[in-house]
Amino acid sequence: MRRTVFPNKLLPWLLLAPQLAVTLIFFYWPALQAFRQSMLKEDAFGLSTKFVGLANFRKVLADPAYLNALKVTVVFSLAVALSAMAIALFLAVQVEKIRCGKGFYRTLMIWPYAVATAIAGMLWLFLFNPGFGTLAAPMRALGFNWNPLLKGDQAMGLVIAAATWKQISYNFLFFVAGLQAIPKSLIEAAAIDGASRRHAFWTIVFPLLAPTTFFLLVVNTVYALFDTFGIIHAVTGGGPGRATETLVYKVYNDGFVNLMMGESAAQSVILMVIVIALTAIQFRFIERRVHYG
Amino acid sequence: MADSPLDPRGGARMLAHFWMIMGVIVIVFPIYYVLIASTHTTQEILRPPLPLTPGSAGLDNYRAAFNGEIRQIGGVSVWVLLMNTTIMALGIAVGKIVISMMSAYAIVFFRFPLRVACFWLIFITLMLPVEVRIMPTYKVMVTLGLIDSYAGLIMPLIASATATLLFRQFFMTIPDELLEAARVDGAGPWRFFRDILWPLSLTNVAAIFVIQFIYGWTQYLWPLLVTNSNDMNTIVIALKKMISFADAQTPWNLVMVTSVLAIAPPILVVVLMQRWFVKGLVETEK
Repeated sequence: MRRTVFPNKLLPWLLLAPQLAVTLIFFYWPALQAFRQSMLKEDAFGLSTKFVGLANFRKVLADPAYLNALKVTVVFSLAVALSAMAIALFLAVQVEKIRCGKGFYRTLMIWPYAVATAIAGMLWLFLFNPGFGTLAAPMRALGFNWNPLLKGDQAMGLVIAAATWKQISYNFLFFVAGLQAIPKSLIEAAAIDGASRRHAFWTIVFPLLAPTTFFLLVVNTVYALFDTFGIIHAVTGGGPGRATETLVYKVYNDGFVNLMMGESAAQSVILMVIVIALTAIQFRFIERRVHYG
Repeated sequence: MADSPLDPRGGARMLAHFWMIMGVIVIVFPIYYVLIASTHTTQEILRPPLPLTPGSAGLDNYRAAFNGEIRQIGGVSVWVLLMNTTIMALGIAVGKIVISMMSAYAIVFFRFPLRVACFWLIFITLMLPVEVRIMPTYKVMVTLGLIDSYAGLIMPLIASATATLLFRQFFMTIPDELLEAARVDGAGPWRFFRDILWPLSLTNVAAIFVIQFIYGWTQYLWPLLVTNSNDMNTIVIALKKMISFADAQTPWNLVMVTSVLAIAPPILVVVLMQRWFVKGLVETEK
């Protein structure tokens, strides 16, 4: 707790005013509107609305398309989070073994961090486009019937690959930092005791990385849930069929394309609940390591 | 100690290099591909596999793109796209730094009623990414008449709990003695900020600037919603439009040039400011 402070009474409010104003106008007002809208039903022309209680939620949760989106989201998020973390951890362990050239590898590894998610999707689409994709041609030459624009599971594979590619950079930087923070004496002690490198990794290094891994798990899940909208929108548009329609994509699609306001709002509220749960988990975790006072 | 895990043998190190090279190839290849594709003609791009070396049409492609040929596929010139995206990215980065420094300064260096409540009010917004409140935020924008304006692109993304938390955390590490000494010397809040706090914050400001510039440059959903007119498109959105309306006439060489122009500036920022960016990212977000 800080003992010395400035005595001004009005000044702090003036300093806070811009952030509070933006927060209230663009965060709290819309969030409240989402709650309100989620309990209203609008007629087809938007002329009248009536209160329908939880009917929108019941409708959404009973909708097979929503349950499909939920399933797609779970598969997509798990695949992206786990593969992006596993590959990044593997590469971080490799780079730690290297003496010269570390900086060179790192400089190249961070490029995708700066690429917009939507563009990450487009880059992969360029490569694997069934028409002119440079990497799609050899796949077809090998007799593989590659067409992500028509086949759901291939489309899913493509967006997972693009989303994973984009996130490896971020995870890599954190795993490298995490590995560097592990006391070298512990690993040396294990080596003296005759532990193999593999054994030392799984029994010492990996457990000590747990805070980093856990932090990344939450960040990657949030990334896969929300930030990947651009990839889905730019590459597959939720298709083919509904094979790559995630929850966020459906909120957007139902609200902006199909103009079903009440249902879109109900889905927004459900998403908010999911994010709040994730943030709560993350905060409990941060709390143990950082001071708030 | 040649066999210590800290100092792998030559063979193990060679293997590590091998894996890193494989990793880097996968990471860099998609970017390398568009770079190469942007130097070929449309006919060459459409006839896979594309050669892995630069073609001869590079100069022509870029000259055509900058001389207004993007307008035919994107609706506006590439200069407008780059300007819009730069304004948005800079507006978000600078705006976030200014307003979050102000509020963190208020929360750390002053005592006033509802101080903790204000902190929580800001902190909770971490839980409301724009993706979960798409429709209602859009309606607010319509009500305020901010559709198709720079203010509309920037303002809703400018309030960030992360930057505020970060500055707050950093300000809390400033020793009390420093503030005491400054006050004994008669420094007010402004003098203390300008002469002591700001110079100490520069590294953090640089790190946040990079992170937020990238964040602003790569935005997708928000510009998609609040811009209708082509004149207000960001380069990412324009690219998406080019691809969705692609047909037999699409000049793919210009699409590739646009892709390169959309990814090169943020990559340059990250690579050139790597030192601050990596330190800031890893230290601030955990």
